Amino acid sequence: MIKIVHMHVNGTDVELGVDEGESLTDTLRNRLGLTSVKKGCEAGECGACTILLDGKSVNSCIYLTVWADGHTILTVEGLQRNPGELHPVQQAFVDEAAVQCGFCTPGLIMTGVEIANSGETYTREELRELISGHLCRCTGYENILNALEKVVGKK
Amino acid sequence: MGIGQGVQKTDAVQKVMGTAKFVEDMIPQNALHAKVFHSTVANGLVKSIDCSEAWKIPGVKAIITCFDVPNVPYITAGHPLSFDPNHDDVRDRLILSRRVRFFGDEIAAVAAVDPLTALKAVEAIRVEYEEYEPVFTPEDAIHAAHPVNPAYPTNELARLDFSISDSTVTWGKAAFSTEQNIAGREDLQSDHFSVPAVHAAHIENNACYAYMEGERMVVVTCNQVPFTTRRNIASALGIPLGRVKVIKPFLGGGFGNKQDTLYEPIAALLSQKLGGAPVALVMTREETFTCSRTRHAMDFYTALELDENNKMKKRAVRINSNGGAYAAHAHAIAAYAVTNYFQTYSADVVQIGESSTMYTNLPSAAAMRGYGIPQLAFAIESQMDDLAKQRGIDPIAFRKINMMKKGFLDPFDHFVVESYGLEACMDKGAEAVNWEKKRKEYDAFNQSSPIIKKGIGMAIFSYKTGVYPLQVENGACRIILNEDGTAQIQVGATDLGQGSDTVFAQIVSEILTIPESKLSVISAQDTDVTPYDAGAYASRQTYVSGGAVKKAALILKDKILARTAEVKHCAAEPLMLENEQIVQHAGEPPIASIAEIAAFVQYCNDHVLQTEQLTAEATYTCMSNTFAFGACFADVEVDVPLGKVRVNKIVAVHDSGTIINPKLAAAQVHGGVAMGVGYALSEQLQYDKKTGRMLNDNFLDYKIPTSMDVPEMETYFVETYEPSGPFGNKALGEPPLIPQAPAIRNAVLHATGIAINKLPLTPQRLVEAFISAGLIRAED
Repeated sequence: MIKIVHMHVNGTDVELGVDEGESLTDTLRNRLGLTSVKKGCEAGECGACTILLDGKSVNSCIYLTVWADGHTILTVEGLQRNPGELHPVQQAFVDEAAVQCGFCTPGLIMTGVEIANSGETYTREELRELISGHLCRCTGYENILNALEKVVGKK
Repeated sequence: MGIGQGVQKTDAVQKVMGTAKFVEDMIPQNALHAKVFHSTVANGLVKSIDCSEAWKIPGVKAIITCFDVPNVPYITAGHPLSFDPNHDDVRDRLILSRRVRFFGDEIAAVAAVDPLTALKAVEAIRVEYEEYEPVFTPEDAIHAAHPVNPAYPTNELARLDFSISDSTVTWGKAAFSTEQNIAGREDLQSDHFSVPAVHAAHIENNACYAYMEGERMVVVTCNQVPFTTRRNIASALGIPLGRVKVIKPFLGGGFGNKQDTLYEPIAALLSQKLGGAPVALVMTREETFTCSRTRHAMDFYTALELDENNKMKKRAVRINSNGGAYAAHAHAIAAYAVTNYFQTYSADVVQIGESSTMYTNLPSAAAMRGYGIPQLAFAIESQMDDLAKQRGIDPIAFRKINMMKKGFLDPFDHFVVESYGLEACMDKGAEAVNWEKKRKEYDAFNQSSPIIKKGIGMAIFSYKTGVYPLQVENGACRIILNEDGTAQIQVGATDLGQGSDTVFAQIVSEILTIPESKLSVISAQDTDVTPYDAGAYASRQTYVSGGAVKKAALILKDKILARTAEVKHCAAEPLMLENEQIVQHAGEPPIASIAEIAAFVQYCNDHVLQTEQLTAEATYTCMSNTFAFGACFADVEVDVPLGKVRVNKIVAVHDSGTIINPKLAAAQVHGGVAMGVGYALSEQLQYDKKTGRMLNDNFLDYKIPTSMDVPEMETYFVETYEPSGPFGNKALGEPPLIPQAPAIRNAVLHATGIAINKLPLTPQRLVEAFISAGLIRAED
């Protein structure tokens, strides 16, 4: 069954007809071309599909698009305020060599943006806990934590 | 910038912006989607397939079964072509299998308008099997009534046996055995070490799509070795190489698991059946676990006899490797391991190696970061600590007596160790963890602490760079200079995240003085236009492909200088490059800029000058090998009643020769440490003992380390200069993983006094060992 949903995605209002069983990952990727939203497990285990829904990080692969009706969605594609200008979290990932294969990167950046936006300060151990829903096989998380420490207030 | 600088990764910005395109991001809108029917028995024969219900589902476009595929077995291993019959790969795969070899084997495939329709159709297919008794271990496999591959009646894929004396190897032929004595000798009684199958668990699942351009098959795939995959696809379909084009876009990690040809021939055959329509085949996470490749499970029987000075007299090893259902890399991995046993250390009197790889009815094992050496290092380095403990000698001192030294002549490949930082790595690590003080401090602490125990352990390794002389080691590079002094670099070597593209830009920058910001490395490989390279494996790319980049850059430099001499009417001889300019002597005012010369010789229309687009292309043949070295130190805490190991800190020290990019090199080590911690503590593929079905084919049940599981880490490099490397560099990609598991195991030994000889060190395994050793009493 096709349902009409309205969402505010990366600053733009969209109206879409989607299958009621469709995951938000599939909608964002296949209907809106937002391919930064990665599919690593489609079961909510790896965090590669993380997006912000009303500012909160969500595994979009286990979130139905129909549930997002009326909500605001942000992906990595929507982070640049001006063309060519990276968001501070993105810039920190570049500067700290926190990117290797890059497959988990967009999801981790969205969690990083959520953490940065919280205005809270965190210890490295607390940051470990906050990103523990993301699997990364390349970096050992070391430089990702270094990047987050740069942009999140340190305790 | 150039060599030795922490240059920013060339693709970092694309990756943080989410614009880097991976295979699944590029699938055409109009593509059909394929799903595979997997066998539900581990050993058997497909008697019949009924697809009639599947065909009734609207949207199904094509169904192929094991009765429709070419009956010509092909190679899946990602190795370069070999003319040596001893090193040729085994042809034992058909696109779909009638003779089913593992639970999950590919029997049929459906292409439909979307993935869900394809899946529904797969579920409607009915298969009748003739079932045979499956075998899951090498011990069972040797006596199988129905061998996995009928061409190998004993299930033994291959073996490698030898003895070494005075650096001379004598090849022998032993029989499969799990006895404690090696080579039938009573004096070689062995210890037994065992490591399980584990998975690369890259976050991007294996994926590909295929379509036709006229008569030509195009396959876009996340594969580390596009040129070899092109050969394997052509061979599977029975079409000429020139009719196949393989494109490799950005890769979401591979670690060796994307070195083999997997579903590309299925997608290609479906596309062929559909007149060339695009067909996508993206593995689910569960399929990636079961149907790609695993790291080999291995059993080690190791015997070691010391003289009164703790010097090794006799040393022997037997390796039984579980190869799984298809040959893939056959015995290459166990052979790598058995030979390395006699490289890191050697004995004076007796050295005997035996090794066997067996077919079993489990998922196929093949390359994974370290290629057999992480398995071996667990056995070797565990045994070293057990013996040091027995003899009451410090584990570092014991290793130093017996380990490889500078000038070592490799008895197998006959090269001499020139760059050697092993001892310095150990010293640096010992200093960083405060080895002697901490060992004593923890000994004292453990005396009075029955519940929490602390330990510090270490392990070392040696690891070859590339695979010369077993296989050809070559690669090619093309550099195209633009009229504004910028350039494109094309390489067949593949970047899967490790940063080889960045390193290649640094090499060109070093030689041409053009900053990396003006150089574009074409990250995607397209076998139609990309120069050849064997691809990413064996930590070879900076060593071998880097040599090609250096060679091409030097040719281009010579061309630039020669054309400058011609245009500016001066001698080419003293000319040199400096800051993108051509100068006669260092520090002098420039004669011209690279950009001016490039523009002039390309566009000059004076009716005299022969114009030229300044480009260079070179193939580099590497005819050498060298060892990278390293030492790992692990500081752990063991909660005895819980059997829980907490790694507090890892210190990793590496000798990888010259470090081309310190930032990316350290990042490489971080990832290896994390993967090694997983190998040590939590990772293990589990199978139903009756059916062979994988039980933990997902990230919830297969535990790779999260950010909570990874310890604090310190990384150091002991820089040596390796004369055979293009800039003194040698292997770095795989080594960081190798010594972690034994270092952690040895730290647990130090903490508790208990030697665990089987990975991973799970709480269950530790508690059982602690109970039997009396550390935990039943009444507790």
